[in-house]
Amino acid sequence: MNMMSESAVEKALDQKMSDASHKMIGKDVSVYYGEKRALFDVNLNVRENTVTALIGPSGCGKSTFLRCLNRMNDTIENCRVTGKITLDADDIYDQAIDVVELRARVGMVFQKPNPFPKTIYENISYGPRIHGLSKNKADMDQIVEASLQRAGLWGEVKDRLHESGTGLSGGQQQRLCIARAIAVSPEVILMDEPCSALDPIATAKVEELIHELRANYTIVIVTHSMQQAARVSQRTAMFHLGQLVEENDTDKMFTNPDDQRTQDYIMGRFG
Amino acid sequence: MNTSLILLILAIIGMAAYVAGARHAMALVGGISSKLHSRPGYYGSFVAVWAILPAVVILFVWLVASPMYISSSVRGAFPEEVKTQSQAEQGLSYGMITSIARGMNALTGDEIARIENNPVELRTALGAKGVALAGDPQPFMVKAAAELNRMTFVSRILMTIVVLGASIGGALFAYRQIAPRFRARNRVEKVVLGSLVVASSIAILTTVGIVASMLTEAAHFFTAIPAWEFFFGTVWDPRFAAAGSGGSEGQFGLIPLLLGTLYIGFVAMLFAVPIGLFSAIYMSEYASPKVRAVAKPLLEVLAGIPTIVYGFFALTTVGPFLRDISSQLNGLVTGDYANFIQAQSVLTAGFVMGIMLIPYVSSLSDDIITAVPRALRDGSLGLGATRSETIKKVVLPAALPGIVGALLMTASRAVGETMIVVLAAGVAARLQINPFEPMTTVTVKIVNQLTGDLEFTSPQTLVAFALGITLFAITLCLNIYALYIVRKYREQYE
Repeated sequence: MNMMSESAVEKALDQKMSDASHKMIGKDVSVYYGEKRALFDVNLNVRENTVTALIGPSGCGKSTFLRCLNRMNDTIENCRVTGKITLDADDIYDQAIDVVELRARVGMVFQKPNPFPKTIYENISYGPRIHGLSKNKADMDQIVEASLQRAGLWGEVKDRLHESGTGLSGGQQQRLCIARAIAVSPEVILMDEPCSALDPIATAKVEELIHELRANYTIVIVTHSMQQAARVSQRTAMFHLGQLVEENDTDKMFTNPDDQRTQDYIMGRFG
Repeated sequence: MNTSLILLILAIIGMAAYVAGARHAMALVGGISSKLHSRPGYYGSFVAVWAILPAVVILFVWLVASPMYISSSVRGAFPEEVKTQSQAEQGLSYGMITSIARGMNALTGDEIARIENNPVELRTALGAKGVALAGDPQPFMVKAAAELNRMTFVSRILMTIVVLGASIGGALFAYRQIAPRFRARNRVEKVVLGSLVVASSIAILTTVGIVASMLTEAAHFFTAIPAWEFFFGTVWDPRFAAAGSGGSEGQFGLIPLLLGTLYIGFVAMLFAVPIGLFSAIYMSEYASPKVRAVAKPLLEVLAGIPTIVYGFFALTTVGPFLRDISSQLNGLVTGDYANFIQAQSVLTAGFVMGIMLIPYVSSLSDDIITAVPRALRDGSLGLGATRSETIKKVVLPAALPGIVGALLMTASRAVGETMIVVLAAGVAARLQINPFEPMTTVTVKIVNQLTGDLEFTSPQTLVAFALGITLFAITLCLNIYALYIVRKYREQYE
C-alpha cells in the first residue's frame, strides 16, 4: 500500500467500493420506544469498506438506526425493533445470534469519549481480554500496540501506557475509544457523532483516522456536520422524521440530490 | 406587660408596617408598580423588618441582661457578714430572696407592712399563699426582696417602652426611606441571607457546644483517672459510686469495650455488606423498573424501623433461636444437649445489627452504582462484554471508592449503635474472641453508667463522657475519611 500514491489508494478503494458487496442490509426496519414509533420501515444497505454517513435533523432516527446495527437498543427499556438486519448473511436479530458475539463484530464509538477509568493499556486490552483474543502477555502487548498504531495514538501515548485513560485530552480520548473498538478486530465500526465533543483540530485528526480505517473496516457514522459527512463518507443517507429520505453517493447527494427535502436540509433551510 | 403580649403587639405593628409600606410605595408612583424598583411587597417587608427585627433583638438582650443586673445589685446590697460566706451559700440566700419576692407579690399591702416588722411570720404567711421557703428568712432578705420586686417592676416598664418605641421608630425610619428607586428588594434579601447564616451557625455552634461540654466533663474524669489507665486498661470494673464515699476506686479499662464494639460491628458488617451490596447491584443493574419501584421502598422501610424494635427482635426471637438451634446441633453431634451459643452473644447482636445495616449499605451503594455514567456501560457493552462482565470489570471498579466510602459510613453507624447491643450483646465487659459468648460495647456502658441515681462528680459517672468523646472521635474520623473518599470519587466524573 505504501508503494502506491495517495490517489492510487483512493482509486483502488473506490473501485473496490463500487463493486463492494453489501456488508449489512437493513430491510423494513422499524423501532418503537414504548408506544412511540421512532423509525418507519427503513431500507438501508451498508457497503463493505465504505464510510456511510447518516445525516438529518435532531430526532430524525439516525442514531436509533445506528444502534440497531449492533443491537445497542437492547439496553434501552421498552425498545422494540421489527424488520430484518443482516450482517453478511446472518440475521442479527435471530435467536441463534449471540448479541455479545455480534457486538464483537460490530464495534461502536460513542458521541462523548468514554474511556474506562483505567490505564490506557487496560482500556485497549479490555475487549481482547473478555473475548480471549490473546494467548499471553506478549500477544496482548502486540494487540495494544497495533490498535494504538492504527488509531494514530501510539506516538502520543507509548510512554504512558500505564497512566489513566481519563487523563488524556478529549481528542486523544476519542481516538483511544476508537483504538479500543479496533482491538477486538471488528468488521464494522459504528460511530455516533464521534466528533461532536471535540475541537476542530481533534476533529480533523479523527476524520483523518476514519479515512484511513476505511481500508480495513466498514464504517457507519452519524454526524450533524454536513461538511464532515462530505469530507469522510462515500455514501450518505438522509433521515427525516424517522424515515429514510434518500440514500446516494456522497458526491451526488451534496451536489444534486434526488429529493427536495435533502436539498433543503443541505442548504440549511430546515433542521 | 409580659413578654408574650409584647411579642404579639410587635407582630401586629409588623403587619401594619407591611401594609403601610406597600401602600405608601404604590401611592408614590401613582399605582403603576412598574415604576418602582422592587415589587410593592418588598417595600412592605422592608418596613416590617425594621419594625420587628431591632425591637426583638432589644427585647431578648433585655430579658437576658436585666436579671443579671438586678441580681448583681441585690447581691451587692447584702450585709457584710453574708458577703463573707461562700458563693454557694450566697446563691442559696439569693434563691430564698427570689422566692420571698415572688411570694410578696401575692400578699396585700397590709400583710407586707406587718411582715416587714416581724420577719418570722413571713414563712407562715407565704406558706399560706403556696410559696414554700427552705429556711427561716433573715430580716435583710425581706428588704432585699422588696428591692428586687421594685427593680423588676421598673425594668419591665422600661423594657416595654423601649421595645415598643424601637419598633415604632424603626417602622417610621424605614417608612420615610421609601422612594420609587429605593432598592427594597436588595435590602430584604440581605436580611433573608442573614437569617440563613444565623440558622446554619446555630447548627454548627450546637455541635461545637456538645463537643466542648463532653470535653470538659471528660477532662474532669481524667483528673481522677490517668488517661493511659483508661485508654490502655484491659479491665473494666468501675464499681458502684456510693454517694459521698468518693474513695471507691474502680478500674476503667477501655480496651474490652472498644474490642467488643469493633467485634460486634465487624460481625454486623459481615452480614450487611454482601447482602446489601448484592441487592444494590440487583436493584441498580438488573431489576426492571416495576420491581425496583416496589422493592426499593420496601428495603428502605427496613431503615425506618426504630433500633429498639430490632433490639427486642434480637432479645425475644433471634437470641433464643440461636441458643436452641445450637443445643440441638450439639445434641446431634455429641449427644450432649447443652447450648454453645448464648442467647445474648456477639453473634446475636452482630446478626441483628447486620440486618439493620442492610438498607444503609444497599441504598448508599445503589446511589453510587447508579451514578456511574451510562456512557461507561455502553462503552463496555459496545465492545461485546456481557452485562455481568460490564458490572464486574467496569462499573464496580469505577464505583469502588464510593462504595468504600459508603461502607465506612455504615461502619460508623455500627460503632455508634446502642439499642440493639444493649438488649442483645449483654453487659459483661470481657476480653475474649468467641462470637457465641456475650461481650459489651462502649455505648452499652455509657447507658449503664448513666442510668439510675447519679452523682456527677464521681469517676463512675464521668467515665461516660470519656467513653462518649472516644466514640465520637472514632465515628468522626470514619465519617471524615468516608466523605473524603466519596468526594474524591465524585470529581472523577465532573
